[in-house]
Amino acid sequence: MIRSSRRLPPAVASDADLILRDAMKSVDAPTRRRFLERGLTLGGLSLLSGCALDDSESVQAALVSISRFNDRVQAAIFDDKNLAPTYPESMITRPFPFNAYYGVDEVRHVDPSTYKLELSGLVGDKTPWTLDRLNTLPQTSQVTRHICVEGWSAIGKWGGIRFADFLDRIGADKTAKYVGFKCADDYYTSIDMPTALHPQTLLTLTYDGRTLPAEYGFPMKLRMPTKLGYKNPKHIMALFVTNAFPGGYWEDQGYNWFGGS
Amino acid sequence: MSALPIDSSSAPRDTRPPTVFPVWLRVTHWLNAVGVILMVMSGWRVYNASPLFGFVFPEPLTIGGWLGGALQWHFAAMWIIVVNGVLYLLANLATRRLFTQFFPLSPRSIWRDLRSAFRGRLSHDDLRIYNAVQRAAYLFVMLDLVVLVLSGLVLWKSVQFPLLRDLFGGYEIARRVHFFAMTGVVAFFVVHVVMTVLVPRTLLAMIRGR
Repeated sequence: MIRSSRRLPPAVASDADLILRDAMKSVDAPTRRRFLERGLTLGGLSLLSGCALDDSESVQAALVSISRFNDRVQAAIFDDKNLAPTYPESMITRPFPFNAYYGVDEVRHVDPSTYKLELSGLVGDKTPWTLDRLNTLPQTSQVTRHICVEGWSAIGKWGGIRFADFLDRIGADKTAKYVGFKCADDYYTSIDMPTALHPQTLLTLTYDGRTLPAEYGFPMKLRMPTKLGYKNPKHIMALFVTNAFPGGYWEDQGYNWFGGS
Repeated sequence: MSALPIDSSSAPRDTRPPTVFPVWLRVTHWLNAVGVILMVMSGWRVYNASPLFGFVFPEPLTIGGWLGGALQWHFAAMWIIVVNGVLYLLANLATRRLFTQFFPLSPRSIWRDLRSAFRGRLSHDDLRIYNAVQRAAYLFVMLDLVVLVLSGLVLWKSVQFPLLRDLFGGYEIARRVHFFAMTGVVAFFVVHVVMTVLVPRTLLAMIRGR
């Protein structure tokens, strides 16, 4: 039966009475009080001092295995028909923020005249690619939102080669699990094959219509609007196709590997 | 199917006070409490990595140690919140507790009970019956947690849940919704804990059941 609070008996015992009664009770029951006190302080302490929780190796191991589980969940959720939203050029964030594991003054400068993209692993044609040759491939561009693992986001325009086309071109084994990247700034990361083949995944050579500037990853950045920023490698020097889990710079330190969006 | 009148004096009488909170409620309540605390404390650390507003949360109140660690906590504790929350809502519906405990509810009854509460005249004699302010507060926090989870889902997978993303007005608005929904849960938590300190019998009831 539904009991309306309106039909409650008039307040026979007020809060003040009850508080007093409770207080008296707890004076009578020292064990109960101690139990409560200990419960509160122990719970409070263990919750407030996060380091006590974090330091335990078994807790770390549990968190890492949940993160691996979350990789599988994300792979299951990932649908190559889901396209990231695209935006008009008027919505591009200017200036687009620089982001790396180092400051903007430490940006690497790759020499375009000697640059060659090295290929290895499960690919048919391992001939390195010069920038001139990469520029002869069909180019496309898109304006998408870059979402950083820190929470902020910014809209930018990247142009380049559809990565799926490039993988076709080099005869990559598309049944392999991973594509890994090695970068000029010692950064490295890897992605799952379904994301590599996503229609919006681009091997970009330009930013906002001009050659990719050094701070945005000259000569080449892999741009995936379906993944968080740290999954998008800049200054790519080499890529490889593999079935052995390659990890990544941040991923090996605890960032989620799939890093999907 | 005996028609004989039951002789209550001969039956073993249960002298214990009646159950206030069934066991499923107590279990889901405490799991939710752990989940919410972990989510909020790790979420604050994530917030600190790129503050939306002109302040950061004090580091001793956060868990994870750094952004990556906080994210591991956040995306682990989310399973507690979601799985436990769904079980709670299902049990709440199956037992019809949702309808019997929290309704009827009107703005007038909330206002009246709120005024009595501030005058210290609200009875907590029978913990099984929620006053209008409690009803409103518990319904609010249920709804708020649903908003938190859904906006969180948009932040986590904005490309994979396009309908939900559009419903929240896009990634950046979802980010703000997530923040303010967190604020709502934290405000509830503070009031909830203060009320428990004022009426500690409720804490015992939430542990022992009565």
